[in-house]
Amino acid sequence: MQGFRKIGLGLAAMLASLNANADYSWNFPEPATPMALDTLHVHNKFMTITAIIFFAVLAIMIYSIFAHRRSKGYKPVTDKPPSTAVEIFWTLIPFAILLLIDFVIMGIPAYHSVIMMEDTRDKATMVIKITGSQWRWQYEYMDGDAKGIKFVSNLATPKEQTEKGFSGTKDENYLLEVDNHLVLPVGEKVRVLMTATDVLHNWWVPQFGSSRVAVPGFIRETWVQVERAGTYRGQCKELCGKGHGYMPIVVDAMPMAEYKVWVAAKKEELAKAVAGANKEWTKEDLVANGKIVYEKNCAVCHQVTGAGLPPAFPALTGSKIANGPIFGADGKYLKDSHLDRVLNGVRVMPSWKAMLNDTEIASVITYERNALGNNVGDVLQPSQVKMARQ
Amino acid sequence: MSTATVAHHEEHHDHPTGIMRWLTTTNHKDIGTMYLTFSLIMFFVGGSMILGIRAELFKPGLQLMNPEFFNQLIGVHALIMIFAALMPAATGFANWMIPLQIGAPDMALPRLNNWGFWLLPPSAILLTLPFTLAMFGIGDGALATGWTFYPPLSVQGGIGVDFAIFAVHLLGISSVMGSINIIVTLFNMRAPGMTLMKMPMFAWGWLITAFLLVATIPVLAGAVTMLLTDRHFGTHFFNAAGGGDPIMFQHLFWFFGHPEVYILLLPVWGFIPQILETFSRKPMYGYKAQVYSLWAIGALAVVVWAHHFFTAGMPVPALLYFMYSTMAISLPLAVLFFCWIKTMWKGSMSFETPMLFAVGWIILFGIGGLTGLVLADVAADAQYHNSYFVVAHFHYTLFAGGIMGIMAGTYYWLPKMTGHMYSETLGKLHFWLTAISFNLTFIPQFFLGLAGMPRRIPDYALQFAEFNMISSIAAFVLGFSQLLFVYNIVSCARGGKKATDQVWEGAKGLEWTLPSPPPYHSFTEQPIIK
Repeated sequence: MQGFRKIGLGLAAMLASLNANADYSWNFPEPATPMALDTLHVHNKFMTITAIIFFAVLAIMIYSIFAHRRSKGYKPVTDKPPSTAVEIFWTLIPFAILLLIDFVIMGIPAYHSVIMMEDTRDKATMVIKITGSQWRWQYEYMDGDAKGIKFVSNLATPKEQTEKGFSGTKDENYLLEVDNHLVLPVGEKVRVLMTATDVLHNWWVPQFGSSRVAVPGFIRETWVQVERAGTYRGQCKELCGKGHGYMPIVVDAMPMAEYKVWVAAKKEELAKAVAGANKEWTKEDLVANGKIVYEKNCAVCHQVTGAGLPPAFPALTGSKIANGPIFGADGKYLKDSHLDRVLNGVRVMPSWKAMLNDTEIASVITYERNALGNNVGDVLQPSQVKMARQ
Repeated sequence: MSTATVAHHEEHHDHPTGIMRWLTTTNHKDIGTMYLTFSLIMFFVGGSMILGIRAELFKPGLQLMNPEFFNQLIGVHALIMIFAALMPAATGFANWMIPLQIGAPDMALPRLNNWGFWLLPPSAILLTLPFTLAMFGIGDGALATGWTFYPPLSVQGGIGVDFAIFAVHLLGISSVMGSINIIVTLFNMRAPGMTLMKMPMFAWGWLITAFLLVATIPVLAGAVTMLLTDRHFGTHFFNAAGGGDPIMFQHLFWFFGHPEVYILLLPVWGFIPQILETFSRKPMYGYKAQVYSLWAIGALAVVVWAHHFFTAGMPVPALLYFMYSTMAISLPLAVLFFCWIKTMWKGSMSFETPMLFAVGWIILFGIGGLTGLVLADVAADAQYHNSYFVVAHFHYTLFAGGIMGIMAGTYYWLPKMTGHMYSETLGKLHFWLTAISFNLTFIPQFFLGLAGMPRRIPDYALQFAEFNMISSIAAFVLGFSQLLFVYNIVSCARGGKKATDQVWEGAKGLEWTLPSPPPYHSFTEQPIIK
């Protein structure tokens, strides 16, 4: 007994030491959209109904367990078996109760929720497209002022924190922080188109109540209407390979005025990037920029050092492709060259054509050829990438 | 009706001894024992995999393994527990008990029976071999897609996927052969006078299970074969670029996958009422109602599959249809629960280990069933889907509803099978440790799911830390408690108090009329049922 008490105290101390003001949650997080609110209501109602059924049946069982036991000398009833009619009558009672619960008490609100959830178009004032890729999200604004804004959102938790054996303090939003937040205006119904480039993903922000699988080659849709300004976090929830736990979602909801300011700033930033693609870059700038792009996008498989994780993810250090020629005699890029691989991908290597802009592709290729233990010495200019795309 | 000839074997039958006895045996009891032993071993293999997972999830951050290995463990854990632990356990009981319960000398197709079993060890090896190969630098480990094989991830995967596909083929062939054997046995070899509506409930549960297996395993085999040709022979069944659809795989998979749940549970729904009537000393209530409910569940099982992927996107009428048809499963299930409790009601109950497991089973399986009813709701499912809520839900149905049911059956029939009584004290201790640690493992997971933790992630945000820690500690207690189970079984097989023929005071049915353990060839004279 003493031993048990010690173990118990140890466990209690361990739990208490975790985080004194830990935010225990016993239910869905606070809803931020009409859909999440509806889901919460439906969930609470159904949970209450099932809890009532459970405890009522449990009470009957417990009564029976204590009353009808042999150790108390209870004799089993020895009536002859009930007639078929009596048996049918009795067994139809639970059947009827469940019929009422399933198709009236639960069935009717469930019907309305489904209709609401699937109505993605009525009163929708803007459209965004979300593309899932291993292991990042890409957001694209499809209409209105923001049309043309398109960016990739990567995990921003420092890599060392996620590595094996890290023992320091983790960030507050560990694994739930990204570099580029999706920004949505408050109160607007946003129609969300969803697709993927490689495998299935699922875009899920618990406080929004909607989740939909992103299927490569198909467009699925859902909607969000964020009612309160704030930052909302979620995660991919369809197993999508080794980085499945590392593709979070962060959404900033802003009042319309602030959102407009954000749109204007973002457009300017994108215009600068386009301008950057036309200028001539130095090797140093490309390598420096390439290191950032590489560590954000490539290091998850090819590793920060370029050593890769063979056999699935080959090393870049000393790789034939990263050290081979890019362009042929005709000035066109060669098949299976470094640029071909990055633009078009092969097997598990994704195509980066849509995910990275010209400057980023030129930087990362220049970086890979002149760092990570490689020393080819050549430079790939953004303008060459732009040409190669055509 | 029955054309089985009266068995006239003598006791001095000759059969090989040693290893050849087990390799060549066509005796239903030997094969049943092999199935049950295999199942118990694989239960520990699958269990140790998940303890690795729970150790990794003990606190945030990566401690023990990289994400690739994590993904391999979760999928192989599930395949082993479903195909190599639960299904063989149910088949083992069928082999042992169905001939005894219906008064038959053996199964109808004994050689097929032997083959059915001996396909299992190779498939278990196929499933786990990639782990070993990876250690020698061959391939990149086992199936890493979860047990559901969803493309395109499974098309992208390494040799582990191919190994798993072939393992599933072999396991499927084995299950179909076992099912055909059971159907043929039940239709042809019942003792004279035992009409279908006088069959023991366990036989009914298995008859419907066998039909479900024969109906759905070929669909799974087809789906994984299409996956194989997508991977290696350039077909595009599940690739939109070639005119295919990744979601079609989910339809095919769950057309098998949902009935699979009932395949695992129906045999248990068969023998639990028998345990309840034994220890309540009162005939089971509503035999007919139970049989019809089992049929209704068997029929509904094959028309509700799409509720496993509501979030994959489908038209509103389809969502509504699959929601309401799924809810309808609760109707026959309510009748079953009612009959089980009514069997206990006003009986004269005693609580030996099998009864403890049976009563605990009703309560815990009830939680699994009720959360299933809530999951059927499409809108709420958007939140529950692929979160830890679902993980908790299906462990209430498959661990509590499946494995704890099998444990009830094991303690119930062990004295009959071995001829000795097991240790009641250890059995009760095993029950309480299992029941309590099971709840402490999975109740926190309900809350993790509600709070927004997705399943199948190797590392998690800090707000999920406490519940994961509780769950991990409890999972280790749950895992190590099962050593008591093995110890109890082994020591019971080796010796102990002699069991009587009837074993339990209230036990009824043909299997309890034979000596414990029953002779090598069960009924030398065919019993007549009045």
